[in-house]
Amino acid sequence: MDDRTPGIRPRQTVGRRLDAMARWAFPLAMTVALVLITSAPFRLPGQAELQNAAALACVWFWSVFRPLSMPPPAVFLVGLLADLLDFAPPGVGVVTLLVAHAVALRWRRSLTRQGFLMIWLAFVTMAIALAAVQWLLTSMLTLRLVPLGPALFQAMLAAGLYPLLAVLLARAHRTIAEPANA
Amino acid sequence: MPLRQALSKLTLPIFMVASFGLMLLGKADALLAERARMAVADALSPLYAALAEPLSVVHRGIEGAQHLATLHEENARLREENDRLRRWQAVALALDAENATLKAQLRWIPDPAPSFLTARVVADAGGVYARAVLLSLGPNHSVARGQIALDDRGLVGRVTELGTRSARVLLLTDMNSRVPVTLEGSRGRAILAGTNGPRPRLIYWAEGTQPAEGERVVTSAEANAFPPGLPVGVVRYSTSNVPEVVPFAQLDRLEVVRLFDYGLKGVIPPEASVARQSERRR
Repeated sequence: MDDRTPGIRPRQTVGRRLDAMARWAFPLAMTVALVLITSAPFRLPGQAELQNAAALACVWFWSVFRPLSMPPPAVFLVGLLADLLDFAPPGVGVVTLLVAHAVALRWRRSLTRQGFLMIWLAFVTMAIALAAVQWLLTSMLTLRLVPLGPALFQAMLAAGLYPLLAVLLARAHRTIAEPANA
Repeated sequence: MPLRQALSKLTLPIFMVASFGLMLLGKADALLAERARMAVADALSPLYAALAEPLSVVHRGIEGAQHLATLHEENARLREENDRLRRWQAVALALDAENATLKAQLRWIPDPAPSFLTARVVADAGGVYARAVLLSLGPNHSVARGQIALDDRGLVGRVTELGTRSARVLLLTDMNSRVPVTLEGSRGRAILAGTNGPRPRLIYWAEGTQPAEGERVVTSAEANAFPPGLPVGVVRYSTSNVPEVVPFAQLDRLEVVRLFDYGLKGVIPPEASVARQSERRR
């Protein structure tokens, strides 16, 4: 809530400031937590792909709906953490997430007007393109043609995961991640 | 204010450039990337180890429930297998005794018994394009790179990265894994190359020693990376007629592995040799 909007608002106490800050930090904290949880030893088939898909879905959602809480440094941090946990060549995940963030920033005004289906379709298109980019970069950096199957699987997983995550994230977006509720 | 706005416009391009820089840095200084990864793994491995206990109970519960359905057939199969194995046990004991007397007559120098250490597998450390596991170790472990990991049935892989509290074992199914092997029937040599799939492939066998279906494959001492005779798996031909090996080790459900120190320094990964050079320089 900034000073330009008129109205009566409660006094800015330390507690309220802390509350607002926690709400502001929620998207990043939640994304990092999700990346850490999906790296825990659940022994799910395709868990590594799930981790990348979850990170991408979270970064996309928050970049579209609350870019102030998902600034480029935060995206960088999430990508770096995912790369280190994944034992992937460092930087590959960072680049893909930053591209997703940039695309979301560029199109967010028109996308949010179009509704969920368009946002999801845009996400699916982008997930496929980014999986290809990730595959290409990994192949280049490991000097070896890595199989394309896992990349496709990851894109499909991201496409399927997004609606499920979006339901939860949209709820969080209106409630605990809303600084105006502080 | 305009400066601030300009800066905020620039953050995204700056971080984009930084991420490409990170990629180059990771490629140029593999040791730094490895240290960063192992630092993260070290920090998380106690957490994973704490989680592994309840999770493995859950896994065992699920597996138990699945076994309940096939209890009857499984029992019949096991009884039949037990009879067969008992006959083999008699043969093995007789051969063992015969081997001992023959070795005694030949003044055979026995191989030294290797020291080993047992470690818990706490997480999958493969990611999308690799097959590896993370082991949790005590803070003052004596594990070194190149040590060989076995489960209760056969070869698992080798230690490739080492932290202070954790170690990463590259599985033999990883696409970067190459294991010199001996085909037990023909005593022919070959290389077992991982493909990231569940069955690694046999390549470079000598002419005249075509791998036979069902032949046992064991490690070979060539290149001084493995001791001879560790059980690896059984040859199976794929539908496209490529000889593959079904590993004995249960690579998809590793819980505990033993790390053996055979004192072999034949093939050490490049990162390790870099580390040794820098230590020498100091």
